[in-house]
Amino acid sequence: MKSHVLTGEHFINGDEACAEGAIAAGCKFFGGYPITPATEVAEQISIRLPQVGGTFIQMEDEIAAMTSILGAAWTGVKSMTATSGPGFSLMMETVGLAVVTETPCVVVNVQRAGPSTGLPTQGAQADMMQARWGSHGDYEIIALAPSSPQEMFDLTITAFNLSETYRTPVFIMSDEIVGHMSEKVIIPEARKIKTVSRPRPTGRKDRFLPYKPGPNGVAPMPAIGDGYNVHVTGLTHDEKGYPVMSVETQKEMMARLLGKIRNNLDDIILTEEHRLEDADIVVVSYGVSARTAYTAVEEARQMGIKMGLLRLITVWPFPEEKIRSLAKRVKGFITVEINMGQICREVQRFAGLTPTYLAGHPGGAIIPPEDVLKIAKEALA
Amino acid sequence: MKNSSTTATPHPLEDLVRMDRIPHIWCSGCGTGSVFTSCLTAIKQSGIPYNQFAMVSGIGCSGRGAGYINIDSFHTTHGRAIPFATGIKMARPDLKVIVFSGDGDLCAIGGNHLIHAARRNMDIIVICVNNLTYGMTGGQVAATTPFKAKSSTTTLGNPDTPFNLPLLAYAAGATYVARWTMLHARDLTDAVQTAIARKGFSFIEVLSPCPVNFGRRNREKSLDTLRKYHENTIVKNGAHPSELDVDFNKGVILGTFVNVDRPTCDEVYRKMYWPAEEPKEQRKTG
Ligand code: SF4
Repeated sequence: MKSHVLTGEHFINGDEACAEGAIAAGCKFFGGYPITPATEVAEQISIRLPQVGGTFIQMEDEIAAMTSILGAAWTGVKSMTATSGPGFSLMMETVGLAVVTETPCVVVNVQRAGPSTGLPTQGAQADMMQARWGSHGDYEIIALAPSSPQEMFDLTITAFNLSETYRTPVFIMSDEIVGHMSEKVIIPEARKIKTVSRPRPTGRKDRFLPYKPGPNGVAPMPAIGDGYNVHVTGLTHDEKGYPVMSVETQKEMMARLLGKIRNNLDDIILTEEHRLEDADIVVVSYGVSARTAYTAVEEARQMGIKMGLLRLITVWPFPEEKIRSLAKRVKGFITVEINMGQICREVQRFAGLTPTYLAGHPGGAIIPPEDVLKIAKEALA
Repeated sequence: MKNSSTTATPHPLEDLVRMDRIPHIWCSGCGTGSVFTSCLTAIKQSGIPYNQFAMVSGIGCSGRGAGYINIDSFHTTHGRAIPFATGIKMARPDLKVIVFSGDGDLCAIGGNHLIHAARRNMDIIVICVNNLTYGMTGGQVAATTPFKAKSSTTTLGNPDTPFNLPLLAYAAGATYVARWTMLHARDLTDAVQTAIARKGFSFIEVLSPCPVNFGRRNREKSLDTLRKYHENTIVKNGAHPSELDVDFNKGVILGTFVNVDRPTCDEVYRKMYWPAEEPKEQRKTG
């Protein structure tokens, strides 16, 4: 069968690389709504999906876009949407429906500076806490942060794989800078790309429990038409999927939803370490900011400052154990992010008495490496 | 117990109902159950295998419909049944997708989705149970509440003009538009069957009493409402949608108002966008 993966070297921007990653991951449905700076994801995938027997539809708003991908997911296909801050806000209620109905899907947020309309064409990383807590109620979520167009490709595939494995929405928390930056992107041969699809149930249809967790805490997922007659609801439900308005059922359902993420942290959390072995100061960063953080580390080392980088590829769930163990031996943490201190707070929560600092910015520009160096010097003084 | 269950004749629709979820939540005197029965009867009479159907509901009393039908069924967020159904339909065009929900859900909070699905001629069937109020939350004013009618948030009467829903659906591009009351069970069943058999966006408004939260405030017992449905309605197929205001003093017009052919969203998309030689991969027919 002819492969639709564009194997080879390309010079494309992050948004386009994201669309190609989705195609390579086996995405077959995209429900979208235009918004700067995420529009190019929709434009590219609107061309690519029909070539692979998939469907693109531009919905009437972001609420509809997000909802349509859940409907599509229940037909057994991999589905996706892409947006930026204002659209992300509109999607939040439906994100909760995806979490509670354990519907796999991928949501890309190419972040721009907010609040409100903010700076539509300029980057920020200020939706990180919204990604964690934006929908009402308690839940766990997975969010990945690509630092380059290459990672827009790679992590889009990872996002689909995680969402299929854990039956959960996965966010790709990109930003305008990575989204609009053009760089070399290497797309491997299709057979070398690892893709995961949700397990489908087998066995007796009349006894099937669509929310009874399997070994990794996740239930196999039937598609519409498979004959399992599933009922899927946003109400608190039992393993059969039936609404039960009781404290016990709420407790059991929540344990299931939280457990499947919390009990698989080793599989979900991806980080990269650079010169951490002997570091006195640890820079924690993600997405585009990890690039300036990396430069800061190199410059600091030349100045004789023992700085290292912990790059969060997975931002949610947060690698709290990693911070805890580093906190025992380092002199301080500097979180580099384009916001006024979001992931910095998480670092603080797990750093104990080790001092933590923010190299932040209200949005619209990257964090200059000098800012990081200045804080490091003050911290060590 | 064993004895009675072997001797009792099973209800003809039992295979389509999640019997393990009965009793349902609908109040006595509520019309939603009758609308649901007509819908299930139409599904059964269509002869199409049940796994070729999906039902999607939003939130509200009638939004619970998806919870009682024994097919793949989805109880989504408030107002969003139509975009959820759109995702199903566009990913699996061979399925019959039925949206069963209420007036508040479909026409107020979900109004934007209604008009756009109609515009696109999305091949889904929308059954809109119109009880003229927000029943589940206790009877607040709705986009369908008659002018001057009382509700818990318009205690001196509704100052607003309600929607004429068939006109709205027609203007937005729906290719099948009908209105019945839950009392017109046979006509309603026929309408749903027609909608199942055809392709395109079908909108069926069903007037249905909410004695508990609308009737009580407007001095209307369940039987009074049924009497109005019987005596103050006029069946006029082909009536122009602009004549269809819900005014029982003038007489409410029922019937089929629009039934035209227009290519559906999924058909046009595939024709224009899918390469002609491409085998229609992974489109199983269940
Ligand atoms: S509140 Fe009204 S619409 Fe809701 S179930 Fe009761 S009678 Fe029916």
